[in-house]
Amino acid sequence: MITVFRDIYSVLWVDLRFLRRHWLRTLVTSLVNPILYLVAFGYGLGSGISFGGISYLAFVMPGIIALTAMSSSYGGAGLKLHVDRLFYKCFDEYLMSPISLFSLAIGKTLIGVVRGLISTVAILIVGVLISPMLIVSPLFVLVLVSSCFVFSFLGVLVGLWAKSHQDMGTFNTLVILPMTFLSGTFFSLSQLPEAVKVVLYFLPLTHSSECLRAAALGQPFPWLSLLALLGFGLVFFAGCMVALKRASV
Amino acid sequence: MEEVIVTEKLTKRYGDVRAVEGLDLKVYSGEIFGFLGPNGAGKTTTIRVLTTLTKPTSGCACVSGFDVVKESDKVKEVIGVVQQHVSLDRDLTVRENMEFRARLHHLGSSERRRRIDELLDYVGLTEQANRIVETLSGGMKKRAMIVSSLMHRPKVLFLDEPTVGLDAQTRRRLWELIRRLHLDGTTIFLTTHYIEEAEALCQRVGIIHQGHLIDLGKPLELCQRLGLVAVETLVNNKETCYQYFADRAAATSFVQNLPPDAKTIIIRESNLEDVFVELTGRKVGDD
Repeated sequence: MITVFRDIYSVLWVDLRFLRRHWLRTLVTSLVNPILYLVAFGYGLGSGISFGGISYLAFVMPGIIALTAMSSSYGGAGLKLHVDRLFYKCFDEYLMSPISLFSLAIGKTLIGVVRGLISTVAILIVGVLISPMLIVSPLFVLVLVSSCFVFSFLGVLVGLWAKSHQDMGTFNTLVILPMTFLSGTFFSLSQLPEAVKVVLYFLPLTHSSECLRAAALGQPFPWLSLLALLGFGLVFFAGCMVALKRASV
Repeated sequence: MEEVIVTEKLTKRYGDVRAVEGLDLKVYSGEIFGFLGPNGAGKTTTIRVLTTLTKPTSGCACVSGFDVVKESDKVKEVIGVVQQHVSLDRDLTVRENMEFRARLHHLGSSERRRRIDELLDYVGLTEQANRIVETLSGGMKKRAMIVSSLMHRPKVLFLDEPTVGLDAQTRRRLWELIRRLHLDGTTIFLTTHYIEEAEALCQRVGIIHQGHLIDLGKPLELCQRLGLVAVETLVNNKETCYQYFADRAAATSFVQNLPPDAKTIIIRESNLEDVFVELTGRKVGDD
């Protein structure tokens, strides 16, 4: 068991060194999108709108936090892995070392979680300052950490699965981009037809947004959505293990 | 002598492409074994199977007595691998890359520090220890890759085309390093498509062509089988012919009896390139 933790840290260590060297660039680039969304949707488009007595800014803030968790964790875990595997081809070094595939999968996931949490904490600080209605409860933190894990697993899975840079771009365009705008991040799913809602519940960001919003605004908590989110995490993790097994002997 | 690498009928196919076909090979402890062949001959595929990166289609392979498929974890503990391309993390320093490899192989912190300093000194990279890999020259990157692969004191070192793309001076420095590693007792499995590299470094050479091992032995033995003396003649002023003879007397006799339309260009010692060309009908380095 100690070996497993040590191996996980060894895998994480190399990415932490990279992060330490490029922390400012990483933080700034991961905050550009959420801040643009915040300004465009929170202050621009939604300044005069309210949902059931709460301002649109307070409504959209948890969605933007969920979105930040997704993009930072997914990109943080998947992009470097993808480049290391296909472009620099240094990922083979992990496969030729005596560490377990489980340790490798978790180690590579954790860098996404770390980067996701750094970005979301930064945007959360902004959120609490501009929207004092936000409640940062233990449940909120649990959902946030779970979301980072789920999207980090997805990043590792796609980073391992993609056979070319185009594959990664295609996945981002066909899955990540629609998920960004359609998962109840910027609007309430209650406004949508049932059939559309069913489709959107197949996206993990929908559950992440709903859980974070409910926890942050003190609304009834959607436990089924949390279960669904964890279910996505399990499926993505299983996918990572299958992809790693296929990549190694 | 202890057999460190053994393959039996090792075969690797990618769809209809036969990358390696029925490879039977033995590499002994403490030798530098050269795997010589043109690009696409199956050298890298063989290394990938032996280093647990690729599963063979059939046959078996053992490294240090461990099966590369069934006991891949044990194989990983005894091998060091220097790949053809730069496989270091280019955003980290040389020292960080070495520490990373040491961590993956479970070296403790004090041993890591000691080993890093020792190896940096060994290859003359102490002053470059804290430089980002991306900023190093090609030769330095290669040396950094070699020392990174040595962190856990591997029994067998796999070098896949170690000097490809390097200038002649850097290549010779790397050859010196490889010879020193060999003298220190490391078994080295080296692939190359440079004839002079195989001749300069290897005690035994296997020639692989289109996935098949077509000859195996000491460089001198391979040349002896062909004939130690080569005669190049120009026939009808357009076609160069090569003939091989056991000794210079036989070669001289042949030259004296040449027909009038043939002109002798040179009488010289045969080399591995002659062996390869005769065996495969193509020149090493041709694709």
